[in-house]
Amino acid sequence: MTRFYRHRLPTRLWHWINAVSVIILFMSGLMIFNAHPRLYWGQYGANFDAAWLELPRFPGWMTIPSHYSLSDGRLWHFAFAWVLAFALTFNLVTMILNGHFRKDIALSPKELSPTRLIEDLKAHGKGDFHGSGLAYNPFQKIFYGLVLFILLPGMIFTGLTMSPGMNAAWPWLVDVFGGRQSARSLHFIMAWGLMLFLFGVHLPALVLAGPVNHIRSMITGWYRVAPGDTP
Amino acid sequence: MILSRRSILLGGAALALPGCDRMNASPAFRRVLGLAEQGNFAVQRSLADRMALAKEFSPDQRSPVFRANGTRRPAGAAYTAHEANGFADWRVKIDGLVARPQALSLAEIRAMPSRTQITRHDCVEGWSAIGEWTGVPLKLLLDLAGLARDARYIVFHCADVMTGGKPYYESIDLIDAFHPQTILAWNLNGKPLPVGNGAPLRLRVERQLGYKQAKYIERIEAVADLSSIHGGKGGYWEDDAGYQWYAGI
Repeated sequence: MTRFYRHRLPTRLWHWINAVSVIILFMSGLMIFNAHPRLYWGQYGANFDAAWLELPRFPGWMTIPSHYSLSDGRLWHFAFAWVLAFALTFNLVTMILNGHFRKDIALSPKELSPTRLIEDLKAHGKGDFHGSGLAYNPFQKIFYGLVLFILLPGMIFTGLTMSPGMNAAWPWLVDVFGGRQSARSLHFIMAWGLMLFLFGVHLPALVLAGPVNHIRSMITGWYRVAPGDTP
Repeated sequence: MILSRRSILLGGAALALPGCDRMNASPAFRRVLGLAEQGNFAVQRSLADRMALAKEFSPDQRSPVFRANGTRRPAGAAYTAHEANGFADWRVKIDGLVARPQALSLAEIRAMPSRTQITRHDCVEGWSAIGEWTGVPLKLLLDLAGLARDARYIVFHCADVMTGGKPYYESIDLIDAFHPQTILAWNLNGKPLPVGNGAPLRLRVERQLGYKQAKYIERIEAVADLSSIHGGKGGYWEDDAGYQWYAGI
């Protein structure tokens, strides 16, 4: 049995802090959404305006707290927003400084070529989730890049855009997203984008690729490979 | 091996959800979570421009209907009588830590210099409405009364009584009180303030959420601290439902 040191401490710390934060933010966010379960595009939007999405309230098992309390939902949401934002900043800075981004996440033009992508898709179809050795395969990199550089920062910035205090301090924010209600809609869409990644991509891939070895390596850092197997 | 891990994971998940509710009920845990909201206030006050203006819109960007919520019509014969004679006898008292207490009629307030601004109203629930407000800058009223040196907060006492017989009230600090867009509005979209939107006078403090925009204002009080006013947290919703005093987020 050979062991490879696969995940460094900053990556592992960030992974679990982020996992807890995202879940708590999602559930407390659904509580906040329940206070007005309608979404609009543009600068304004209230009961008399046309909503592009109107939903029944999310059930108690999906929200924090489980009973209706907008002020408690906000209490949890704003506390873990700080945790998520600090952890993400720490992780992005660290991964760029220690070369993790350049070596493991950044995609080369070769990896993005249609032949390589089709090859990778076929490998996934055959149940091979490892690609070559310990390196991430192209689709893995694409999804990690999406989460790290689009979805998580997008959550932070659309969240800030909903603050009237921030709108006065940084007026460009609300212009970037085309209005406070547009930012609120994008915040909701990206939150579900993160859940789609977690439950539609990340966890199924984990189960198919060998959950014990992978979860253990994200805790201890060490990934095990049986003798004779390619890592 | 896998089964035991799975049972541990499932067990953990089953514990985690009621666990959140238990933590939610713990005063100590709530204090820790609340630090973040105090942090939001501290960061916004220290890093952002304290005089930065809220975005103002053009007339065609206004909401077709400006939603009224909270109290739509204060109960009681006194308010009904005021409404019947066009609020001609309405007085706004300015007292507390001031040199020259005032009792101003609506006509006197309307005769003062005014400011008109088209701004966005953001409810804590998530919806927004854009409307045009006209009113007297609060600064002019406070200058008229002359704030004492130890005044730190301005409290707005309202004519509407909420559930449990508690009167609505709100408070802001002096940074927001003297902000150029902080006005006591008497017009909405060019017409006298409708009853649902706070007739005859409501506060506009444009960098905070809707629950700060006190309606039906009948008394403005300057105080050194908020602990002796009603529930002590600086506002009806802060006392009654745990909303944060600083509503800039």
